[in-house]
Amino acid sequence: MPLLETRDLGITFGGLRAVGDFNIKIEEQELMGLIGPNGAGKTTVFNLLTGVYLPTEGVINLDGENIVGKKPYEIVQKGISRTFQNIRLFKDLSVIDNVKMAFHHKMKYSTIAGILRLPSYWKEEKEIHEKSLELLKLFNMDHLAYTTAKNLPYGQQRKLEIARALAANPKLLLLDEPAAGMNPNETKELMETIHFIRDKFKIAILLIEHDMGLVMGICEKIVVIDYGMIIATGTPEEIKKNKKVIGAYLGE
Amino acid sequence: MSRMDKKLKSYSINIGAILVIYILLTLLMKFGIINSYYEVIVISIGINIIMATSLNLATGYLGQLALGHAGFMAVGAYVSAICTSHMNLPDTLQLIVSILVGGIVAGLFGILVGIPALRLKGDYLAIITLAFGEIIRVIILNLNITGGARGLKGIPLLTSFNSVYWITIIIVAIIYTLIHSRHGRAIISIREDEIAAESVGIPTTYYKNFAFSLAAFFAGIGGGLYAHYYTVLDPGSFDFMRSIEILIIVVLGGMGSLTGSIVAAIVLTILPQLLMDFADWRMLIYSIILVIMMLFRPEGLFGKKEFSLITLLKGKQHAFNPTPNSHGRSE
Amino acid sequence: MTFLQQLINGIHVGSIYALIALGYTMVYGIIKLINFAHGDIIMMGAYITFVSLIMFNVPIWMAVIIAILICLISGILIERIAYKPLRNAPRISARITAIGVSLFIENLFFKIFGGNPRPFPVLIDPTPISLGSLQISMVTIVTIVVSILLMIALDLFVKKTKTGKAMRAVSEDHGAAQLMGINVNTTISITFAIGSMLAAVGGILYSTAYPQIDPFMGMMPGLKAFVAAVLGGIGIIPGAMLGGFIMGIAESFTKGYISSQLADAVVFGILILVLSLKPSGIFGKNVKEKV
Repeated sequence: MPLLETRDLGITFGGLRAVGDFNIKIEEQELMGLIGPNGAGKTTVFNLLTGVYLPTEGVINLDGENIVGKKPYEIVQKGISRTFQNIRLFKDLSVIDNVKMAFHHKMKYSTIAGILRLPSYWKEEKEIHEKSLELLKLFNMDHLAYTTAKNLPYGQQRKLEIARALAANPKLLLLDEPAAGMNPNETKELMETIHFIRDKFKIAILLIEHDMGLVMGICEKIVVIDYGMIIATGTPEEIKKNKKVIGAYLGE
Repeated sequence: MSRMDKKLKSYSINIGAILVIYILLTLLMKFGIINSYYEVIVISIGINIIMATSLNLATGYLGQLALGHAGFMAVGAYVSAICTSHMNLPDTLQLIVSILVGGIVAGLFGILVGIPALRLKGDYLAIITLAFGEIIRVIILNLNITGGARGLKGIPLLTSFNSVYWITIIIVAIIYTLIHSRHGRAIISIREDEIAAESVGIPTTYYKNFAFSLAAFFAGIGGGLYAHYYTVLDPGSFDFMRSIEILIIVVLGGMGSLTGSIVAAIVLTILPQLLMDFADWRMLIYSIILVIMMLFRPEGLFGKKEFSLITLLKGKQHAFNPTPNSHGRSE
Repeated sequence: MTFLQQLINGIHVGSIYALIALGYTMVYGIIKLINFAHGDIIMMGAYITFVSLIMFNVPIWMAVIIAILICLISGILIERIAYKPLRNAPRISARITAIGVSLFIENLFFKIFGGNPRPFPVLIDPTPISLGSLQISMVTIVTIVVSILLMIALDLFVKKTKTGKAMRAVSEDHGAAQLMGINVNTTISITFAIGSMLAAVGGILYSTAYPQIDPFMGMMPGLKAFVAAVLGGIGIIPGAMLGGFIMGIAESFTKGYISSQLADAVVFGILILVLSLKPSGIFGKNVKEKV
């Protein structure tokens, strides 16, 4: 059984079909790329998968369970987490607090326990603090733990957002243009990081990217969409040769 | 210094300070240095601290501009006063029961107002809470049980310096520890970025309603203490301007700073008493303060910072950090 | 009072609400901020007319023009001084500023004129004209005619003129409008000017209908007009007009058939109902926030 499977997924906004007949299968630990020209509906797909938009048609099965209609936070708890094209950090909070936010649903202690600082509060807060530092260490950011997020350089903000998404303990990580605004060096480092994340956390990753070098370089499978429809699916080699894909990109 | 020691030291310093201030104030009253005129001010300060810190929960931490805080205070005041008139318990117990009932009813009103308003963007919440405050006033004016425009008289004097002092301490402590727990972090995440909060697994609707109704609950308790101190209630004392006065305290002290709210509550309660002329110009000055603060220092005089006695003693301040007791943080 | 009579009364105050609601909706459309001070422009319009007539003995038409001009300038100043610097600040700062400005105007007038209500001079002969059993006053007729003419003028202005088109462009996207060579700041100022002008007229008409003015008089009609704007769909001009009439009629019927004390509660009941059922209002589209 694939980790994630969509069947005839689609959404219509005021008569305009933004995404339609969207069928993909993502296996466990697969690294998949989602590409397409501007306005093709890539981010809309992410918004459908994460429950931000309610699809007007189709199903999304995660581990065989249909998650359509679940709230975004419930979907995170079920195992899909994401980053945003235009980075959405908790800007005025410290780096470590950004990460801790994503552990929220893993923590158990009640409101009363938090207010009265019962042993469960101390125990869980300590655990989460250590886990957050560990996670930041993996990204070489532990020395920045108490920096305010908005003061980080751009590349670090992207990394922090990925770290935060990982803290939610996903089975499937959605990355929306992680290399946007990065220079070639940073992009190269990011490629290594993405590989590393997949191997270390043993999770599947679906990423939207414009940087063809990055997509072709690390993805095992690529899905190409245009006008909200899938026009090709295959390995990087197959996609490179696909006439429809070339047409879509050259604006034929 | 080990973590445990630091924790203990911090707790003992705070508790020590709370006791010292308490003993000091008690002695000053006993020897008549704080006479009954000043006692009114001390008690008003306590009630204003409750009102401001609870509004800070909704506005500073949750990030929702609420303009009807006086409405919740009114609900708490009237409900608790009516509750007292229908019961006959020993004084202290009666006060606790009555203000709790007042607080709970105010909290329920908070849920009632919050459910439609919190689903929407902040502008609507501001208007709905404003409208709510006005409706409550109109309802109180038109009911028999509240005494209508004549007001409610003859409420037993149950609030004392002791009760206000300790209840204020308890409420501030609850808000403080709540904010520094995972639940408080969730509330702050909504202020920072609601979509991001939802995307990391935080049930934002729940926390919005929770924080908003908890703020209403504490405002209700503040109202209950008010009712049992002044012993007379007049619907006019809970109008829009009262809500604005509380908001001024929060804005001046810094949205997201409890200590800021406390200091601002003390200053803004004493100032009108010291300067009689000030009373005349108060609202005009307040309105200018609101605009100037937002234009030039939107984070408030103290910003999103807390200052603790430890840091004051050490003579340095730290940036606000929702988990300052983060374990193993090296200094 | 007959049904028809109530309806006419409703249309009378509804047309005033509609005028005021237009200002809220246009400003919200363009800077996504509820201009809390808008209600106070109503009060300013009334007071300035009052002062010009009573203290300076100017003719009525001139008093009205002076009031409109001063309100118009105030609207522009408010935006320039208080809102413009906060355009990119967190929304809550702008909202608090808007409340501050509103309180400032109210308390300034309170300081100058005192809190006692003052009788508003008679501008229009109040003797009603009888049409069968119906009684329509000249005030009602003038109010409705003036309001409808202004609404038609506004509609034409927004749709046909270059400035009107610029306003619509800025509402859609500040950045894109700027790239198209539109002066965003000027356009926003014009929006405030028009909104304040309509509010001034609304204030004068309102005081003619309820001839008593005080420094806080703008709050209630302001709130009701805001509800009207939300009801019609905030940011949508025809929505504000329709919302205004609905609010006026609802209020008139509540006063006539249920209880006059409940009228205000009904107004806010409508607001809560609309926001619970269709927060985007009657003409509004459900727009998803861009993620």
